[in-house]
Amino acid sequence: MSEILVLVEHVEGQVKKVTLELLTLARTLGTPSAVWAGPGYSAEAQAKLAEHGAEKVYVADSADISDYVVAPKAELLAQLVSEKSPAAVLVAATAEAKEIAGRLAIKIDSGVLTDAVGVGDGLVADQSIFGGGVNVHSRVTKGTPIIAVRPNATPVEAAAGAGTEERVSVTVSDAARAARVVERVKEEKGARPELTEAAIVVSGGRGVGSAENFAVIERLADSLGAAVGASRAATDAGWYPHQFQVGQTGKTVSPQLYIAAGISGAIQHRAGMQTAKTIVAVNKDPEAPIFELADFGVVGDLHQVVPQLTDEISKRK
Amino acid sequence: MNIVVCVKQVPDTATERKLRSDDKTIDRDAADGVINELCEYAVEEALRLKEAHGGEVTVLTMGPDKASDTIRKALAMGADKAVHLVDDALHGSDALGTSYALAQTLRKIGFDLVVLGSESTDARTGVLAAMLAERLGVPQLTFANKVEVDGSAITVQRVTDYGYDRVEASLPAVVSVVEKINEPRYPSFKGIMAAKKKPVEKLGVADAEIDAAQVGLAGSWSEVADFAVAPPRAAGTVVKDEGDGGVKAADFLASKKFV
Ligand SMILES: Cc1cc2nc3c(=O)[nH]c(=O)nc-3n(C[C@H](O)[C@H](O)[C@H](O)COP(=O)(O)OP(=O)(O)OC[C@H]3O[C@@H](n4cnc5c(N)ncnc54)[C@H](O)[C@@H]3O)c2cc1C
Ligand SMILES: Cc1cc2nc3c(=O)[nH]c(=O)nc-3n(C[C@H](O)[C@H](O)[C@H](O)COP(=O)(O)OP(=O)(O)OC[C@H]3O[C@@H](n4cnc5c(N)ncnc54)[C@H](O)[C@@H]3O)c2cc1C
Repeated sequence: MSEILVLVEHVEGQVKKVTLELLTLARTLGTPSAVWAGPGYSAEAQAKLAEHGAEKVYVADSADISDYVVAPKAELLAQLVSEKSPAAVLVAATAEAKEIAGRLAIKIDSGVLTDAVGVGDGLVADQSIFGGGVNVHSRVTKGTPIIAVRPNATPVEAAAGAGTEERVSVTVSDAARAARVVERVKEEKGARPELTEAAIVVSGGRGVGSAENFAVIERLADSLGAAVGASRAATDAGWYPHQFQVGQTGKTVSPQLYIAAGISGAIQHRAGMQTAKTIVAVNKDPEAPIFELADFGVVGDLHQVVPQLTDEISKRK
Repeated sequence: MNIVVCVKQVPDTATERKLRSDDKTIDRDAADGVINELCEYAVEEALRLKEAHGGEVTVLTMGPDKASDTIRKALAMGADKAVHLVDDALHGSDALGTSYALAQTLRKIGFDLVVLGSESTDARTGVLAAMLAERLGVPQLTFANKVEVDGSAITVQRVTDYGYDRVEASLPAVVSVVEKINEPRYPSFKGIMAAKKKPVEKLGVADAEIDAAQVGLAGSWSEVADFAVAPPRAAGTVVKDEGDGGVKAADFLASKKFV
């Protein structure tokens, strides 16, 4: 079977869930090989990748791979594509991995498809465009297909692969050293899962009323092990940081469950969450457009409904 | 400093957006064209850099004739002049083709700094700035929420999942900006009047030394095989809170095995 390269997403040495999803997906298309780029690699990481079907694990874990913006990782992948001639390259549809995919596409003269929500036979990608309004099948017509797949597109299934480690020696070119990361600033994010990766997202909007009141949203999120999101009205008001904004000019999320509290459901907000599998809305206005999307809606004051829901979930645990 | 800001015209997100049934490209006639929102932030950042360091701001747009409205808007905000890359041969270009066409044009007109939005609202690939940096062989300073220039040194804060990275490079460079890097100014009446007289140079593929075989639908590296309007979501259950709304929501979540 043909080889499919999967670029590993990792943070502090831990393989992210989206990579396991991509390995699961890659098994339906060929034989997955994981590509580890940057420091943090360990036997534990190798085992995790093998458990999800990686036949090979290509490792380039020197610091200079991640000391410069994006370009070294694109060089690494370009080198692997020319050495291994894979059938396709899959990356997660995160901001940075899409940029890696974009630069790689130019280096290897191949097409790139972004934000796929599925990949099927013949490496045809499913894309959900215009805020979920239109479903597209697209394919690469030149070169080795490079496809950026959204988190939560494929449920993770384990299946053992050999996980054979192969060290890759790369020399980062001078051109790829042009933009140097001189400092990484970590903002406190607590124990919550990352917004784009989370299986459950609880978002608050203008109806939440204040920064302090976002605690109501956070408590519900914590009772479900969910990430917290916000509408633009809430981030514009300064109630919640901008990196948690869901929507057209914020993050796109595709969780199993999306709970919208005090959010009207403007088209630009929907663009970021419409592909959620299940949607629950709490809004005091029965005419709010969010109810058109909701699998379950409660017309009521979120300050009553959300704490009650949180208590109820805690009771049932 | 010679700053070029790449501005895209996109269909208004408030109207229904469609693909054309004939060639499966976006139907740009069906909806009103507006400036891509993140491009307004790019124009604003370019203007602020010019105000602080001197120089000139040139708007670069690739798009059909009607994109000239969007160019005027950027000029009304205060940009000095514009280049409009317009040619039927460009219709249907994918991200590789678009980045190639823009890179050729940038080589021709010259630049110290190129500023883009980090994403468009129609195609939303978010790859253009990285592709331009790759093609032009200059530093990639993307997803910036802060840009500082000091002589030929440039530093940005690149937004990440965990916070931000401080990134250093030297000019010439490509920058893309995120929302909330600044507050874009509204064009003043004076700005709108002045924009009418500002120079807009129209270039075709030959003028910009673009190989027509690498752009347009035929030249693209990818294609849309087919598409369909998404079926509407099945209508859900909506209940009115009568003091037990939270309990009912919990029942629903339990029925779906989330609790
Ligand atoms: C180019 C562009 C890009 C945009 N990008 C984004 C984006 O990325 N993300 C985004 O979210 N928006 C975006 N917007 C803004 C978008 O159009 C909406 O303005 C925004 O989503 C509204 O946020 P909201 O639903 O929280 O506020 P509102 O629309 O004001 O809705 C608040 C809702 O809360 C309800 N409510 C109030 N009090 C309570 C209560 N006590 N209990 C229950 N319900 C209550 C109200 O009935 C109302 O439905 C964009 C707009 C433009 C033009
Ligand atoms: C729904 C949809 C999905 C698509 N998916 C893909 C895909 O998966 N792969 C692919 O290769 N192509 C795809 N395309 C084609 C893609 O739209 C074009 O290549 C487009 O010109 C560039 O992509 P973008 O708008 O997503 O750029 P982005 O990278 O999202 O835009 C960022 C910035 O680039 C600048 N910019 C972008 N276009 C122009 C322009 N014409 N003139 C001046 N500045 C500009 C602006 O500053 C903008 O803010 C898709 C098109 C549509 C309509």
